Amino acid sequence: MKNHTAPAKIHIRRRWNAEARYGLLLALPAILGFLIFTLGPLFASLILSFTDYTVSKAPSFVGVKNYVRLFSNQDPFFYKSLGVTLYYVVLSVPVSMVAAFLLALMLKHNMKGKALFRTIFYLPSIVPAVATATIFMWLLNPDIGLFNQILKAVGLPTSQWIYSEKTVVPTLAFMNAWTVGGTMLIFLAGLEGIPNQYYEAVDIDGGNAWNKLWTVTIPMMTPTIFFNLVMGIINGFQTFTQAQIMTEGGPNNASLFYTVLIYREAFKSFRMGNACSLAWVLFVIIMLLSSLVFRSSSSWVYYEGRR
Amino acid sequence: MKKKITVGRVILFSMIIFLSFCFLLPLIWMIRSAFMDASQIFIVPPVWLPNPIKPENFSKAIRTVPFDKYFLNTLLIVVFNVTGTVLTSSICAYSFARLRFPGRKLFFGLLMSGMMLPYTVTLIPTFLLWRSLVGANSYLPLIIPAWFGGGAFNIFLQRQFMMTIPFTLDEAALIDGASYPRIMASVIMPLSRSSAIVVGLFQFMAVWNDYLGPLIYVNKESRFTLALGLQQFIGYYTAQWELLMAAATLILIPPILIFLMGQKYFIQGIVLSGLKE
Repeated sequence: MKNHTAPAKIHIRRRWNAEARYGLLLALPAILGFLIFTLGPLFASLILSFTDYTVSKAPSFVGVKNYVRLFSNQDPFFYKSLGVTLYYVVLSVPVSMVAAFLLALMLKHNMKGKALFRTIFYLPSIVPAVATATIFMWLLNPDIGLFNQILKAVGLPTSQWIYSEKTVVPTLAFMNAWTVGGTMLIFLAGLEGIPNQYYEAVDIDGGNAWNKLWTVTIPMMTPTIFFNLVMGIINGFQTFTQAQIMTEGGPNNASLFYTVLIYREAFKSFRMGNACSLAWVLFVIIMLLSSLVFRSSSSWVYYEGRR
Repeated sequence: MKKKITVGRVILFSMIIFLSFCFLLPLIWMIRSAFMDASQIFIVPPVWLPNPIKPENFSKAIRTVPFDKYFLNTLLIVVFNVTGTVLTSSICAYSFARLRFPGRKLFFGLLMSGMMLPYTVTLIPTFLLWRSLVGANSYLPLIIPAWFGGGAFNIFLQRQFMMTIPFTLDEAALIDGASYPRIMASVIMPLSRSSAIVVGLFQFMAVWNDYLGPLIYVNKESRFTLALGLQQFIGYYTAQWELLMAAATLILIPPILIFLMGQKYFIQGIVLSGLKE
C-alpha cells in the first residue's frame, strides 16, 4: 500500500534529491557540449548568414542580401551545385540501398564462411576516405587504370570516369556502393529478426521464394529501409571528401557538391556570411526532405504491433 | 540439421564469392601496385603480380613525405580524443540511462535531434570560435569537443546498452550505502565495458579517418595528420602510383588491424545503432 499522508512534501524533496543532483551533474558535459558546439554555433551561423563577413573585417548586417544573391542566380555556382548534389543523391541512395539489401539477402542464408563474407563486404567501409580516394583515382585512371583495362579486355567501351563532366557524378555514386557494408549489416540484423513462422505460412499457402520476398521480407523490413533511407539522404547531401580530393569539384564544376561549395566559400574565399547562408539553405532542404520522408512513412512503413 | 546442396545454393555461393572478389579487388590492386616496380606499373595489359617485388617503395614513400611524423601527430589526436569520448560518453550515458532528474527527457531529446543537423551548419561559427580562442594549427579543436560527452551518437549507443542492465543492481548498491558516482564506477561501467569498447573503436576510426577537421584547423605541414599528408602526397606525385599506393597501404594498416581485432564489437555496434526508433 502506498503512503498518502504527505505527497506534496515528498514531491518537493524528491525534485532535487541526490539522484537528481548527480543526474544533472553527470549529464553536464553533454549538455554544455550541446550548448557550446551545437546550439550556439547553430544560431551564430543563422545570424552570420545575414551579414557580410570576410574574417579580415568585422561582420556588417546586410539583411537577406546573401539569400537574395543565391536565389536570384547572382552566385553562379549555387544552382549548379544544388543540381549536382541532387543528381548524386538520386543516383547513389537507391544504388547503395539496393546493393546493401541484396548483399544482406544473400548473407542471410546459413552457409560456410558467412562471417568471413560479412567481414569482406564491410572491410571497405573502414578504409580512410582519403585512402579510398587515392585507390580509386588509380583504378579509374583512363589510360592505365584497372577498370578501363578490364573493360578493354572484355571488349566493352572504356570511360573517362571522374575526368569527364558527363560521367563524374555517376562514377562517384557507383564508388559509394563500395562502402555499403554498414548499411548491409543493419539490413542483415533486420532480416535475421524476421520470425520464421511467417515464411512457413507462405510455404503452407504454396508460395515460392518470390512471394516470400514481397509478402514477408520487404514489408517486415520497411522500418529498417526507412531508417537507412533517411540516413542515406542526409549523408548524401553532405558528401565532401571524395569530391574534394579526387576532383576538387571539377571537371568544369561538374562535381561541385554543395558541401564543396560551402568549403570553398568559407575557407578559400573567406566569405563567411555567404557560406553560412549556403549552410542554412542546405539545413532547410534536408529538414524538408526528411519530414517529407517521415510523412510518407505512415503509408509504407509497417511497424509490428502498431496500427 | 544438414541442408542439401541444391542448384540454387551453388549459384548463390558462387555469386557471393564473385562479389567478395569485387569488393576486395581495389585493396588487392592497391597492395599489388604498392610492391611493384615503377616501370612495370605502366605495362598494358596489366601484370597481376609484381616481379620483382619492391618493398623499397614503402621506405621511399616515407622518405618523400614525413609519414612517420604525421603518424605521431595523428596518434596524439586519436589518443586524447578517444580517451575523452569513452570517458565522458560513459558518464553522460549513465546519467541519461539510470538517473531521474528534471529536464532529462528534454535534454536527451535535444541531444538526439542534434544528430540530424548537417555538420556544415555549425562548422563555420565553431571554426571562428576556435580561431579566436587558440589560433591556427592547434589540435585542441580536434580534441576538446570529445571531452563534452563525445558526441550524441556515442551517448545514445552507451545509453541503449546501459538500459539493459537490471535496475535491481543499483537498488542493492544504494541499500548498501553506495553513492551514485560509486554505483556508476563500480557497477554500471564495468558491466557496460563492451559498449565502451564499441564507442572507442568507432571513435578511433572516425578520428583516424577524419579529413575535414584537420583540413580546416591545421595548415602548417609539420602539424599535418596522415589524411592531410596523403592528400598532399597525391598533389606532389600524381604519376608515381607505386609510391601513392604504398602510402595508402600504410595508412590503412592501423584501422584494419583494429577492425580485425575488435570485429565482434564493431558489428554489435552497427546493429545497435540501426535499431533505434
